[in-house]
Amino acid sequence: MLQSSRFLCSHSLPPGGVTAWVRRFGSRRKLTAEEIEMPFAGVLAKQYVHRPEFKKTYEGIPILRQLEYDGTLVDGIELPFPLEEGVAMYQTMLKLTVYDQIMYDIQRQGRISFYMTNSGEEAAQVGSSAALDLGDVIFPQYRELGVLMWRGFTLQDIVDQCFSLKGDPGKGRQMPVHYTSKKLNIQTISSPLATQIPHATGCGYAFRMRRQKNCAVTYFGEGAASEGDFIPAINFAATLKSQTLFICRNNGFAISTPVSEQYIGDGIAVRGIAYGINTIRVDGNDIVASYNATKEARRLCLEEEAPCVVELMTYRVGHHSTSDDASRYRQDEEAKAWQEEGMSGVGRFKRFLINQEQDMKLAQETKKQAIQAIREGDKEKYCPIDEGLFEDVYDTPDWRLREQQAHLHKHLETHADKYDMSRYEPSAAFPFPADSKPKK
Amino acid sequence: MADHGPTEKMNLFTAVNGALHIAMETDPTACVFGEDVAFGGVFRCSIDLREKFGPHRVFNTPLSEQGIAGFAIGMAAVGHTAIAEMQFADYIFPAFDQLVNEAAKFRYRAGGVWDCGGLTVRSAWGAVGHGGHYHSQCPEAYFAHTPGLKVVVPRGPYQAKGLLLSCIRDRNPCVFFEPKALYRAAVDQVPVGDYNLPLSKADVVQEGDDITCVGWGTQVHRMLKAAEMAKEEGISCEIIDLQTILPWDVHTIEESVKKTGRLLVTHEAPLTQGFGAEIAASITERCFFSLEAPIKRVCGYDVPFPLIYEKFYLPDEYKIFEGIKEVCA
Repeated sequence: MLQSSRFLCSHSLPPGGVTAWVRRFGSRRKLTAEEIEMPFAGVLAKQYVHRPEFKKTYEGIPILRQLEYDGTLVDGIELPFPLEEGVAMYQTMLKLTVYDQIMYDIQRQGRISFYMTNSGEEAAQVGSSAALDLGDVIFPQYRELGVLMWRGFTLQDIVDQCFSLKGDPGKGRQMPVHYTSKKLNIQTISSPLATQIPHATGCGYAFRMRRQKNCAVTYFGEGAASEGDFIPAINFAATLKSQTLFICRNNGFAISTPVSEQYIGDGIAVRGIAYGINTIRVDGNDIVASYNATKEARRLCLEEEAPCVVELMTYRVGHHSTSDDASRYRQDEEAKAWQEEGMSGVGRFKRFLINQEQDMKLAQETKKQAIQAIREGDKEKYCPIDEGLFEDVYDTPDWRLREQQAHLHKHLETHADKYDMSRYEPSAAFPFPADSKPKK
Repeated sequence: MADHGPTEKMNLFTAVNGALHIAMETDPTACVFGEDVAFGGVFRCSIDLREKFGPHRVFNTPLSEQGIAGFAIGMAAVGHTAIAEMQFADYIFPAFDQLVNEAAKFRYRAGGVWDCGGLTVRSAWGAVGHGGHYHSQCPEAYFAHTPGLKVVVPRGPYQAKGLLLSCIRDRNPCVFFEPKALYRAAVDQVPVGDYNLPLSKADVVQEGDDITCVGWGTQVHRMLKAAEMAKEEGISCEIIDLQTILPWDVHTIEESVKKTGRLLVTHEAPLTQGFGAEIAASITERCFFSLEAPIKRVCGYDVPFPLIYEKFYLPDEYKIFEGIKEVCA
């Protein structure tokens, strides 16, 4: 419904004002002189112009950078965390690169069906997550293993999930890299894009409502921000005041689609500003800036009980996934340039630590441990068939699921020689022996 | 198979690609777009199109399925042929509102003065062995509940090319699901030239006397394997590929069931409320007195698509074979 005030024109009004319904205050009263001068609700305009003017270009949002390419801190900036913590952050990044390389290689060998590397985005991931509290709930997209690892996600957790082993809380139902962890406050990764962003808005609202001093934190790519879920997510957060951090990893590509074909405006951060949200843009390959921006965003979020948008500018060095071949749509040299020591987040922080004469070599065992965990994972069992296939659809299975489980049991009894059941843990309902393999 | 001129060995993705080339050549208003379409598409279905027809007609969209669908409807509304790609059928749901509330009702709500008949949405569909929840689903039944849409699933390269060209040229919005497990695996001799296969017409793939088996897409191949096993037990199966899910060809199935007296329907999607239920209900109404056994549905279980349990979830040839024996007992 239109507000009656919208029809007013200050030049034709008596100086004493008019009585009108002002819906936003919900009572009948006179408009003030200021309201008559600018009667339009919901805009920040303070003046009228008298010639048509279109707004489009403006100065771009600057990028926070505190650690220079050469590994020195910008004048006046101090390391925001203890040096030992910095070493731990660096080692997390290194571990991430080691795990990524190994998991990528074993996918190429066909030992897992799929993998997504994080290379190029290590500093954005680890720097931002180090600024969070373990009580903050993470709503991840899918390229945030560094965030998970900083919170305590282990090599075994990674292997269990990517190999679909019974140690995977998701019971082997989802593709590799779709992690979840209740203990670490990490919501389950799902492949559809941007669907998690409004969840973080709802969670952040719940936190404010119950006065919990935590944020909901969602990570997403710049491509995902084109999805329909993104706009209501940030608009709801702004209007309903959610304690939510929206962390965009702007890594230049959504599979093959470069940012130039994804949007024309000033990145993703400008959308935060458009929706009235505290917003910052950061060099995501600068771990110090990523940390500081996120820390400050978190402080503001809790203090103002309102959302923040953090855009971490970075570059996806690897393929989108093991199903992708980036050489089909971009020059290899481009990715190589981003791996140069000063450009890459890992390399730049390494320079800093070397300047501090820190011993930050990763223990030699890291690679060995990973290979060993994978070797053991190859022998480990999957969840039992009944539990893995039929449980958790509802809190308790209904008659259909019970009937269908009975159907499958009978079928497998009849055709035990047609299915490889050797990897599944036997259970009371499916007691098939480990040697039940197809005969042909 | 009617004679459509010289043929060439093609798999399903090259057949789709061939259909797109012909659609673009024969219709200057046609455009192909979607996520990652410009470099050839993640399944290589749009390969070489941009080079041949230019970036104005073959282009990447920003990452938004509802955007793709709405944009495509808008082009079609003013007389263009819009061929939109949804990268995976699992990701079509953000476009559900546009397809169900807009595309499907476009003509009806305008009393026929407006339509978006030039719209075709293509999408990779079905189980593939390692897709888990979100790269495996078969959402045809959701769309089959929507008057105004046409829903089509080909079983192989020959059908893919002919049916896709028919969808693109049909004056109704069409959703065309491509079984991604068959993109490379299925190979046919496919006509190089232009041809259409009729929509809303089921295909009797194999004639038989004892039971009618109906399916579509990947499931047709599983039915054929099951029929081989059944043959060894002395059961003769008539295999029907429904091809168009909506509006569907009840008459071909009705005629077949009146001959065989038995019906089995199979689909990868979960049993409950799958399109098999519609077929079973309609055939019961039409053929009750010809039926010698209850109609059997062999379908996915009523669970989300489960990665590591896929082989147990799927209605494979052994489950279909058991179903055939049960109905014919």
